[in-house]
Amino acid sequence: MQYMFLIHTDESVAPSPGTPEFDAWLGGWVAYNQSLVAGGNWIDGGSLTPAATATTVRIGSQPAIVDGPFSEAKEQFGGFYLIEAADLDEALALAARIPLAEASVEVRPVAARALGV
Amino acid sequence: MTEHAREQAALLLARVSREHYGRIVALLARRFSDVHLADDAMQDALVQAAEAWPRDGAPDNPAAWLYTVARNHAIDLLRRDEVRRRRLASVAPELLLASEPEEVPAMIDDEAYGPAGSDDDERLRLLLLCCHPALDRDAQVALTLRLVGGLTTPEIAAAFLVPEATMAQRIVRAKRKIRDAGIPLSIPADLSSRVSALLTVLYLVFNEGYLARSDFGALDRVDLAEEAIRLTRVAVDLLPDEPEAAALLAIELYAHSRRETRADGAGDLVLLADQDRSRWDGRLISAGDQALGAALRQGRPGVYQVEALIASQHAHARVAADTDWPRIVTLYDQLLAMTGSPVVALNRALAIAMADGPGAGLAALDRITGLDGYHLFHAGRAELLLRAGRISEARAAFARSLELVANPAERRHLERRLRTVAPTAE
Repeated sequence: MQYMFLIHTDESVAPSPGTPEFDAWLGGWVAYNQSLVAGGNWIDGGSLTPAATATTVRIGSQPAIVDGPFSEAKEQFGGFYLIEAADLDEALALAARIPLAEASVEVRPVAARALGV
Repeated sequence: MTEHAREQAALLLARVSREHYGRIVALLARRFSDVHLADDAMQDALVQAAEAWPRDGAPDNPAAWLYTVARNHAIDLLRRDEVRRRRLASVAPELLLASEPEEVPAMIDDEAYGPAGSDDDERLRLLLLCCHPALDRDAQVALTLRLVGGLTTPEIAAAFLVPEATMAQRIVRAKRKIRDAGIPLSIPADLSSRVSALLTVLYLVFNEGYLARSDFGALDRVDLAEEAIRLTRVAVDLLPDEPEAAALLAIELYAHSRRETRADGAGDLVLLADQDRSRWDGRLISAGDQALGAALRQGRPGVYQVEALIASQHAHARVAADTDWPRIVTLYDQLLAMTGSPVVALNRALAIAMADGPGAGLAALDRITGLDGYHLFHAGRAELLLRAGRISEARAAFARSLELVANPAERRHLERRLRTVAPTAE
């Protein structure tokens, strides 16, 4: 089955580039990504720029373009993985190994993927 | 068929269903890799049995009959799904789910429905699935009673005093999540945390039944305490190397041995010290001793084992005055060190009061924080204040506990206690 990990974190705690903390942080992600590839779980993944760069497009009876992210929560959506796993237990174990000190990772099965045209 | 024979067939169906539901669903779920399908098929089989058995007479092997009929229903349901899927594939392939299986799973020729014990792994997988951490607690409880316990949705709804539609929705939502999120029927490598969730669910079901007993007028309700004992026995059989499961069974048996004495004729609460101990069920106490002994012999202590030891102290005191309170205080010391729970600290303080007097108990009690919203904290404190002769403080504490209490029998008890310390009594 395919699962998506929606990673929510407090952006203010991320280390700044150029510091030793940043290098360690980056190393953690590289190792994690490699483990997903080695385990045959990797499909896709990526991180986003901070929520301050977000623009929300509201669709509906009164469409609007709004400056800022959809949610004002302290933990913001900041990155994702799309992985292949045998079942939820395998997916949850992979999500638990995401190299962040504090985060909430929503694990959702993929119902359908658009076919490439 | 005579009316009597029809009644017998209906009774037989109720009994066989309760006893074998979990085994049959576990086998089907394993075979078809789909719990939702297994439960639906078993429901269809029960409907068919309710029509056929009273009409034609009960089959020679009712459990095997139910298994075979349920399996055939499962195959029918799958074939119908497969037809729907093929039709969809031909007209709108882009709508097919990414995760949908390509083929109906192979139909294995069946060996007959086996003897008890031959399918323990399947039953354990099902039991652990019902208590999977990806399901919320209410869903875990409902699924365990339904899929393993074989209770009907109306029975579970009535036992928890929620509308039947609410319970039906809860069960369907949980079964859908199991299927759609891919929650597996497996025995996890880290068994202990899953076993602990399972025991929590069983204890919760037991306590629900235990408290409900004082809420009289509910005679037609399934006895959840007895269902919990039945399911805990299943867990003990399936998890022989988990001493905490056997210890939980002991706790339940000791508590259940007092079921006839916990309330008086009017449904009012009778405290442990005032219960007629000659009416405690000796057979259940012996069964509790046996379960606790089996747990302790494994030499791996745990919270439930210490709780069971405390319950055993009470169960074996012939009169309340014989209770070995210093020993109970020691056990509460251990339990507090293991859990850090303020409720344990409260019970420890009450035991200290019994061993060393109300002053020592109050001193221990006043060091506890975090229980200001708990009615039993104030009720316990009130009793100790009363024994220490601090009447007006006791009255205030009873009044505070009455503001917090929810259970009607407990409320009546506290009101009676408050009346005994009314201002005129001073």
